Amino acid sequence: MGEHGHGDPTESGAVIKAGDGESGKYAIDNPGLPPHRPRVADEDPKAEKRSERQVATLFLISIIGTVIFFIGYFAVELSEDLQALRLQNTLLGVGVGFAMLGIGLGVVHWAKTLMPDHELVEDRKPLRKEAERQEAEQIIDDVLEESGIKRRPLIRNTLIGAAVLAPLPFVLTLRDLDRSEDFGVERMRHSMWDEGVRLVRDPTGTPIRAADITIGSAMHVIPENLREVSGHAARLSEKAKAVVLVVRMNPDDIQQVTPGREDWTYDGIIACSKVCTHVGCPVALYERHTHHLLCPCHQSTFDAAQEFKVVFGPAGRPLPQLPITVDDEGFLVARSDFTEPVGPTYWERGSTDPEGDYNA
Amino acid sequence: MSATTEKYTEAQYLEAEQYQPATRTGRITNYVDQRVGGTGIVREFGRKIFPDHWTFMFGEVALYSFVILILSGTFLTFWFDPSMASTRYDGSYAPLQGLEMSTAYATALELSFDVRGGLFMRQLHHWAALLFVMAMSIHMLRVFFTGAFRKPRELNWVVGCALLIMGLAAGFTGYSLPDEVLSGNGLRIIDGMMKAIPVVGTYMSFFLFGGEFPGGEVIPRLYVLHIMVIPALILVLIAVHLFMVVTHKHTQYPGPGRTERNVVGYPVGPVYAAKAGGFFFIVFGILAVISGTFQINALWNYGPYDPSPVQAGAQPDWYIGPFEGVLRLMPGFVGEIPLEFVIPTPWGGNSVATPVLIPMIPIAVMFLVMFIWPWIEAWITGDKKEHHILDRPRNAPTRTAIGAASVTFYCIMWGMGSNDLIATHFMLSLNDITYWSRVLIFVGPVIAFVLTKRICLSLQRKDRETVLHGHEAGVIEMLPHGEFREKHTRPSDYELYTLVAFESPAPSGPQPNAKGKITRTEKLRARLNQWFYQDRVEPVSREEYLEALEHDHHGDGHEGGLEATDRRSIEASH
Repeated sequence: MGEHGHGDPTESGAVIKAGDGESGKYAIDNPGLPPHRPRVADEDPKAEKRSERQVATLFLISIIGTVIFFIGYFAVELSEDLQALRLQNTLLGVGVGFAMLGIGLGVVHWAKTLMPDHELVEDRKPLRKEAERQEAEQIIDDVLEESGIKRRPLIRNTLIGAAVLAPLPFVLTLRDLDRSEDFGVERMRHSMWDEGVRLVRDPTGTPIRAADITIGSAMHVIPENLREVSGHAARLSEKAKAVVLVVRMNPDDIQQVTPGREDWTYDGIIACSKVCTHVGCPVALYERHTHHLLCPCHQSTFDAAQEFKVVFGPAGRPLPQLPITVDDEGFLVARSDFTEPVGPTYWERGSTDPEGDYNA
Repeated sequence: MSATTEKYTEAQYLEAEQYQPATRTGRITNYVDQRVGGTGIVREFGRKIFPDHWTFMFGEVALYSFVILILSGTFLTFWFDPSMASTRYDGSYAPLQGLEMSTAYATALELSFDVRGGLFMRQLHHWAALLFVMAMSIHMLRVFFTGAFRKPRELNWVVGCALLIMGLAAGFTGYSLPDEVLSGNGLRIIDGMMKAIPVVGTYMSFFLFGGEFPGGEVIPRLYVLHIMVIPALILVLIAVHLFMVVTHKHTQYPGPGRTERNVVGYPVGPVYAAKAGGFFFIVFGILAVISGTFQINALWNYGPYDPSPVQAGAQPDWYIGPFEGVLRLMPGFVGEIPLEFVIPTPWGGNSVATPVLIPMIPIAVMFLVMFIWPWIEAWITGDKKEHHILDRPRNAPTRTAIGAASVTFYCIMWGMGSNDLIATHFMLSLNDITYWSRVLIFVGPVIAFVLTKRICLSLQRKDRETVLHGHEAGVIEMLPHGEFREKHTRPSDYELYTLVAFESPAPSGPQPNAKGKITRTEKLRARLNQWFYQDRVEPVSREEYLEALEHDHHGDGHEGGLEATDRRSIEASH
């Protein structure tokens, strides 16, 4: 370990002297460490004293910071008023901030102005000595030899087999991460909608007459029977599939009706799944003039006038349409479940209806 | 190992017993030392040298943020209950009183409104997490652009990459815990992305959520990952990372006195310990002030999770931005043709969610290339030497350009993650931004590559200029015959050495293997090598330098005295 030269590099006491090491490699040889430049505090006792006072002041500021924290914690009474919370949070943050910054800046200032700033030089060790490597190799050879693992392939192979199999039970136990009774992909094809299920407002559960929806408006609805599902989690999971968006437009504005879907709308009222076919965010924004529905997560845009066709963004499929009509009392009801799985595309989704359980 | 050779004398064994400390502190120290071997630790580390440079600070920031995360996170666990069981909120935040919500959300609200200092700790935790990932990212960029990942530090680079991924995982699992609308929609996106994965994706989602999304299981599961599994892995990786830093000793920038065989810097005791230790408090202090004055994740505004509402303009934490952006960038249709398709199978067909899968490719490739970059570069350059002296980024133009291109690629994805906010804040069409970004994502990195490489080469030429002609002194002088010219001053040897001490290899051409054959892989390597090294500026050679001195000397004699000395000393050592 050496130290800075204090003057002329050619006479420096550093380990690296001028021209040391890789001589001739570069245009000039390594000139060694530059001479040490003394700081003000190194030479002027007044400056040194001043630095000392500055460090102590910073430590005092830290103490004041801690006191500010106590004031914020005890003197501010939390109430329903958010102002008090805000004030307390600011006092705690500023208090801790000063407490920490005072210590940190103080110590760093101390190190930079008062502790020696001579750079030192240390040699790197070679990463490995050849003699030691040979010794280590010999040890490993001895260990392997004494264990006999090379000479006894039967032991080795059965051990490998056992070691590969032994962790499997622990992997297998993860199977019950999903313990649902209806385990599998089939459940994803069905939602709570069914023939005659009323469309009701969320969260009040009031049924909706066609006349309640004015032309140009949109609202999100849930199936009437969703409230009967017991358990918060089960209800949310069902809702995640069943939430529907209803929009009403001038019946003449509907530009496209696929054969077989003629009776899926009622007097310009058209309903679709609110779950985006891209990755499943709620398609929450409706623009009445263009009839466009927009998903705020990734901006997939669907045209309600063209059976929710994708007009922009990353979605790969139209939103599934829910066939609706009105019942005897004039309330909006579903004609059936969705005729395809709602939400993001998944591997087993397919295009057809293998079980024949979609009646459309 | 043989125990027959006696290495130590009996007296040496007794030495430890004989030492009698004089002071009370000495007695305590001696007691501990005799039992844990502190002498060895102090001898090894007490004056260990660490090179000092402001760019070496980012790794420290990351480490300190992690410590702050552990401290604040532990506090949060005392009140937060990750249960998804339904409850009715009766805390002091009036707008949500009486609402049905999960216990997780209710206790997160309790922490914010009813536990004194809870809001502060939550904000401190969130800000520290943002800083943690940011510091790791900048630290990695520093390591990349200075070539610190080269032999012998390749494996430590891999550990660093793993730490970054763990940081992202920690961030995402933590972000999802409060179970409000914002984080619930984040989980919904993860669910949708998982389901897009062919064959196993749907079941991965089932097993994560314990059934269909969202179910009642996921929050406690993420909680265990967030507070135990991921932090434990991060701690282990940090330990390995630091152990390797000590083994390799830190790299240093090129400069006078610095060689491949030494470390120049400050000793741990007292200077480095004081600076690094003090710096922890500075990081803590800055985070505390931010947490006290800048609100983050005001989760009471969002309401309990429900699959039907969503806010417009919702943004993920910054480090999730590129993942989100690339999803937004991808078109679902090209014209009228859907990218999504169904593979016809006897059992009804399997769907391929191409618009979700394709965006995962650039992300996966980016991470993969990041992990194996040290080997890719070593293979292209054929450089298998150890490097402890860092590259100045300009002296590795192609690498620097690749780095800049990657950063550009990342930033375009990241910016796209906020395309809606860019549209509303700058009054632009959201659709136009997206269309242009679809072009920019391909063109931007190429532009960045070319520009960066040219800038590097120009900076290298500027360095040559400085070495050969010196600095412009800002003084115009008139020569006796009337010519005006600017005076140049010659830099000191210390400055010169930094400017000339680097290597700029020429393309090496294909090398035959042991059988004397040039394989196809070797041809590819040679082509890449050509591409990597073809544009180059050589460092000033000794001949050029001597000639420049000669020129100065003959040109005008006003500085001749100093330069003649220079020349003599250079020629003498030649």
